[in-house]
Amino acid sequence: MKPRQKRFMFIAVALAGVGLAVGLVLYSLRGNVNLYFTPTQVFNNEAPVGKSFRIGGLVEEGSLKRDQGGLTVTFAITDTVKSLPVVYTGILPDLFKEGKGVVARGIMEEGGLMRAEEVLAKHDENYMPPEALDAMNKAQAAKSVSASAPIVVPVVK
Amino acid sequence: MALDIWMRENPFTYIWIGSYGVAMLVFAIELGMLKNARKATLQKIRMMRNSGGNE
Amino acid sequence: MAINWFKYAAPATFYGLAGKLIPWLAVASAMLFAIGLYIGFAVAPVDAQQGEFYRIIFIHVPASILSMFLYMIMAGYAALGLIFNTRLSAMMASAIAPTGALFAFISLWTGALWGKPMWGVWWLWDARMTSELILLFLYLGFIALHASIDDPRRADRASALLAIVGSVNVPIIYFSVKWWNTLHQGSTIKFTGSSMHIAMQQAMFTMMAACWLYAMAVVFARVRTIILERERNTTWVGELSEVKQ
Repeated sequence: MKPRQKRFMFIAVALAGVGLAVGLVLYSLRGNVNLYFTPTQVFNNEAPVGKSFRIGGLVEEGSLKRDQGGLTVTFAITDTVKSLPVVYTGILPDLFKEGKGVVARGIMEEGGLMRAEEVLAKHDENYMPPEALDAMNKAQAAKSVSASAPIVVPVVK
Repeated sequence: MALDIWMRENPFTYIWIGSYGVAMLVFAIELGMLKNARKATLQKIRMMRNSGGNE
Repeated sequence: MAINWFKYAAPATFYGLAGKLIPWLAVASAMLFAIGLYIGFAVAPVDAQQGEFYRIIFIHVPASILSMFLYMIMAGYAALGLIFNTRLSAMMASAIAPTGALFAFISLWTGALWGKPMWGVWWLWDARMTSELILLFLYLGFIALHASIDDPRRADRASALLAIVGSVNVPIIYFSVKWWNTLHQGSTIKFTGSSMHIAMQQAMFTMMAACWLYAMAVVFARVRTIILERERNTTWVGELSEVKQ
């Protein structure tokens, strides 16, 4: 083997080795690499018990209730399959809205209520002016009424 | 908390100073360092050649 | 045997070529920055969800993409230098590293400033942000390793290996928002098209082009200094007008 080929082999082997190692580490850590659990995962008991963790999903339409006068809010996080009630005291981020993405960190209480210490808004990758969003919503509403097609629900990642 | 309110009242100032201002500062520092490095290297080579003669 | 197509891989030739290109790249970059900022702030509409804050995207996304691409180019040059032992490749790799590190820093910094008003946090250990931070550390590690070895040839080889090994991180950054649950949203610019208003896209792509040209100009300028430093004992350096004066 020529020295050049030898060097190339050396690099290829090193790269493959490190790639494999990183892949294995990430595979074994995959539960921890994910920032949050989905409500379905919580129902399947995949989330830790008695420890603080994050749930992510959409704020369920019609579930948001504000305490009169106080800063305490209750809402439900849904992944369109399962939904979980959350109670939180504090200031919500600007983008927090019903039907929008949210990530809440807290501890599950008995009875399946999450007492959140932190609520973060998660936005999507679509950027458009307000008029375009209005037009799109109207078009979608018209389509779903006329064809009585199910409303497209954004997929929660 | 005060910053939270301030940034929402002055979004353009926040964006310009915080993001674009910092980016431009980073570019300016990089350009300045490059200019200095070139000057220093040229000076070093000139000195080396003047003292050592032809190598 | 003279190898003609390697002509521009000779440091002496490349030194002159880069010197001629730099002013053009610099002027084009400055013009595109001005146009991009004008479209981004005067033409592009406000975003329906995020209001004005989304305008950070015009520097955030180009800086992030540049930090990843520059790393791959750096690793590519490092690999070329390691395999073919060409002098210029290793010099190019070390010239790219500082610029790549600065773009990674700008990406993280502007991301934090965007995250605070929109998500509610400056920083979170989510997969996208953590892997981008690792990218910055890889750049810094490359620079530090290269600087810590006195013999330039050995420094080239050791840091090249680090660059090549670290390149596995780049696809991890790109796909992190797909593979795992992250706070960071998915990619706006995909191979299948993008989900963005046209004026916003124009501003972003103009800024991206400006950043590319800036990076090229700066890398060429830095590689010229590295060439001078490393070839200081050659006759061609002695004959340069900037050395003679």
